[in-house]
Amino acid sequence: MKYKSVFDIIGPVMVGPSSSHTAGAARIGRVARSVFGREPKRAEITFYGSFAKTYKGHGSDVATVAGILGFDTYDRRLKDSFAIARERGIEIVLRTSDELTDHPNTSRIRLMDERGSVEVVGISIGGGKIEIIEINGFPLKLSGSAHTLMVLHEDRYGMIAAVSNVLTKYQINIGHMEVSRRERGHQALMVIEVDTVVGEQAVQEIEQIPHILGVSVLLPT
Amino acid sequence: MFRNVAELVERAESQGIKISQVMIEAEMDVSKRTRQEIMDEMYNNLDVMEQAVKRGLTEDMRSHSGLTGGDAKRLQTYMREKPYLSGETLLHAVSMSTAVNEVNAAMGTIVATPTAGACGIVPGTLFAVSGKLKPTREEMVNYLFTAGAIGYCIANNAFISGAAGGCQAEVGSATAMAAAAIVEMAGGTPEQSAQAVAIALKNMLGLVCDPVAGLVEVPCVKRNAMGAAIATVAADMALAGIKSVIPTDEVIQAMYRIGCTMPTALKETAQGGLAATQTGRQIEAKIFGVPLNQ
Repeated sequence: MKYKSVFDIIGPVMVGPSSSHTAGAARIGRVARSVFGREPKRAEITFYGSFAKTYKGHGSDVATVAGILGFDTYDRRLKDSFAIARERGIEIVLRTSDELTDHPNTSRIRLMDERGSVEVVGISIGGGKIEIIEINGFPLKLSGSAHTLMVLHEDRYGMIAAVSNVLTKYQINIGHMEVSRRERGHQALMVIEVDTVVGEQAVQEIEQIPHILGVSVLLPT
Repeated sequence: MFRNVAELVERAESQGIKISQVMIEAEMDVSKRTRQEIMDEMYNNLDVMEQAVKRGLTEDMRSHSGLTGGDAKRLQTYMREKPYLSGETLLHAVSMSTAVNEVNAAMGTIVATPTAGACGIVPGTLFAVSGKLKPTREEMVNYLFTAGAIGYCIANNAFISGAAGGCQAEVGSATAMAAAAIVEMAGGTPEQSAQAVAIALKNMLGLVCDPVAGLVEVPCVKRNAMGAAIATVAADMALAGIKSVIPTDEVIQAMYRIGCTMPTALKETAQGGLAATQTGRQIEAKIFGVPLNQ
């Protein structure tokens, strides 16, 4: 079931004109910002498919930038996102691609500053609902609507058990989980959607597990 | 959670409750939130819708492109001054649906139902039918849960966006959702709501998504207007006891299969249909400097 809540259908409250091309675009931007974890210095946005063809009319560019600024779909500042990004010193690069993608509404967002970069690929599946299908080259499926734990680790045995042991200890229930790797025996990414907040202490404990390379927490968007 | 309309109706009729109540209970179960929290969120959505209807009927709406705005008011003026031919509730539904979609085109605040492109139909019919049926505020919120329950079934068994399945998936879904909700508010049975869904959606099958210049304006605003009309009439037909020969879930399946075989040019890419007409291309060139197909 792609749609889980009545509010996926009656909602979101949003600034028009398009739920997939405006609200969905903003949400992909917002998840990218959340994965990056701070305000970027530079954002490179690539639109594919229908996004590439019709973004101007739907304000998908304006909405994506608004999301990267951390704005929600109903934020009245959405319209002025480019000016606000300029004020905050964020450089925006926008491209369109005619490369074929599985989903017609796809955007790729690369956020960076002097400390690093992340690349997120998201699709807008309709009615403002989105899915993140790739983070830093790792294929995955992430709704962005749950508390999400992302754990980068060495691709070896016992990692899932070690991480879920910590979650058990803090009584955190797993709703959905995926493990993805680019190449066997190198790095892997564990994406765990959970029902409750993952506290600072739990995160620290996971970070201390051997062979863990990084942990980040996404709040529901 | 129910998986299709048949299960939804079964659940409502076996427990002797309305579709809206099945939806609220399912939402409580899935989200682990209280009834009050869920009701409050929907009351908020209702308030946003009411504001949008009001704005569209009283302010001079005009989109950034200048292509849409003012038609909701135009229709209200006509209704006051001329002996109109179709019904009062029907024309109010058309006008209010237009109003909300005009607000959306002008980058105003709306509630996606199920999408922004189709955001006029559910609130437009709700406030128009409420003028006649005089429901309580809670009954108005229930209307949204019933509409949501039908949209939930369509979204999970087919699609609800023009880019994925054409306008039949977008305005079509909204029309079917509204039809079911009107039936419930008017005192019809869950089965009659399901029949209204089938009757409404059948008349939207094959409708393509061909927005001029890729904007959610032409023909979206007028499709919202007519979607409200079809929803209202489909509800009346179902309340009269008229049944669809093809069961509701099979109509939804048909919509899905039609959407899958619909060419990309007719799925919100501004490459076919009205978007590709001579005037459509001229408008595009005026707005963007060049036509989108170049």
